[in-house]
Amino acid sequence: MRMVMTGNYASAYGAKLARAEVIAAYPITPQTSIVEKLAEFVSTGELKAKFIPVESEHSAMAACIAAQTAGARTYTATSSHGLTLMHEVLMWASGARLPIVMTNVSRAMAPPWSVWVDHMDSIAQRDTGWLQFFCQSNQEVLDTIIMAYKVCESAGVMLPAMIIEDAFIMSHTSEPVDVPDQELVDSFLPAYSPDLKIEVGKARGFGSLVKPDQYMEFRYKAMLAMKEAHDRILRVEQEFKHVFGREHGGLLERYRCEDAETVLVTAGSVAATAKDVVDALRANGQRVGLARIRAFRPFPHDEIRSLASKLEGIAVLDRSYTFGAAGAMFTEVKASVYSCQRRPVMKNYIAGLGGRDITPKILERIFEDIQVIAKRGAEDEVEWVDVAGLPRRWR
Amino acid sequence: VTKSYEEIPLTPISDTPSTVNITGLWRVMMPVVDKGKCKKCTICWKFCPDVAIKLVNGVPEVDYQYCKGCGICAAECPSKCIVMVKEGEQ
Repeated sequence: MRMVMTGNYASAYGAKLARAEVIAAYPITPQTSIVEKLAEFVSTGELKAKFIPVESEHSAMAACIAAQTAGARTYTATSSHGLTLMHEVLMWASGARLPIVMTNVSRAMAPPWSVWVDHMDSIAQRDTGWLQFFCQSNQEVLDTIIMAYKVCESAGVMLPAMIIEDAFIMSHTSEPVDVPDQELVDSFLPAYSPDLKIEVGKARGFGSLVKPDQYMEFRYKAMLAMKEAHDRILRVEQEFKHVFGREHGGLLERYRCEDAETVLVTAGSVAATAKDVVDALRANGQRVGLARIRAFRPFPHDEIRSLASKLEGIAVLDRSYTFGAAGAMFTEVKASVYSCQRRPVMKNYIAGLGGRDITPKILERIFEDIQVIAKRGAEDEVEWVDVAGLPRRWR
Repeated sequence: VTKSYEEIPLTPISDTPSTVNITGLWRVMMPVVDKGKCKKCTICWKFCPDVAIKLVNGVPEVDYQYCKGCGICAAECPSKCIVMVKEGEQ
């Protein structure tokens, strides 16, 4: 059924269609309407689930960990400071190999206090062992939640996943969304039944102490699982396309990149604006394209490499900044490109922090800039875009 | 011998609870209760951070298998019926 809904309601419908059995969450702007909607689904009986209101995000994740260990499919949602408060238990969820699925409505970190989009909160969790999917549309949010359960619950993966939607630009903006039939989702996503779980009457400790002679083997297995997740994401998306008739681009969505000379790499909702800009520049004869990082973990190294080897220039637009280094997407993309025989010129653009608009005009100027320096060679590697007081004008 | 990564579960699982570890062996000072002086206030039982005090008819019974000798019970006891004695000198 086609409905008009916000990204947050798309998250709630995704969790409902996936038949989450336990939902534990704490409200935070701009995530609140996800759990409000799910609480409504549970109270009306539309969703048969246990809804646990908790006193903090740390407790929300702890409750999901316990329920998932007992064999339930769990879901939670959070944002910014809520996500960073969860940090310790995010590590537990992945180390305990629990395929929990969570929406993070990506929002800037304070201070300065902000409730608007950037990716600092999500990027700060990149080493927690969670799969991370940056979405571009509300439809993709709903679809990715369903796909994520299937990817994560497969025997070779068993890791948790974070579905990232941009604050307000997606969370509170309505778009047409196709809500698939429950029977169709049920045929695609079987019930969760892990090999190992808490059993009544059988005392066992989960995630117990191991000595230095045993620790690395567990970490090695998690590393293999993340590798397996790469292939599994591609396969599950093909199955999804077969059942629902839609796909979203694998780990790295490539838009008009076939004969491109320069490409913009970015993630999240700004990719939709960038596609329009690519179309406009293409109409003027410029050979430009867009590559959207859909999965940040596992990172699409191979996809980036095969794309980069044909390019003159790559602009990476980060909606966050790793202080003392550069944008995290830039450093990852650059690391991938290093092993290419022929390396394009690369530059990092930091833009849209704390919800500042990244306008088509700004994106046009980034394309203009990267095309010039691709011919001339790199200059400043990292440039902050649209900052008052800096000489370059972007608007 | 360290097992191959292929032979271990996804996350470490133990079949025994952590109570199999007799942590009372860490103790240097041990609490000794003069049961005759005890007023059955149960404060020691409430304060013990390791649940190593049981109440028998309201009077504390220290579980020396797990008591680590922190001395909180002795410090909190209002009737001074618990004293800390060096291990082996009681």
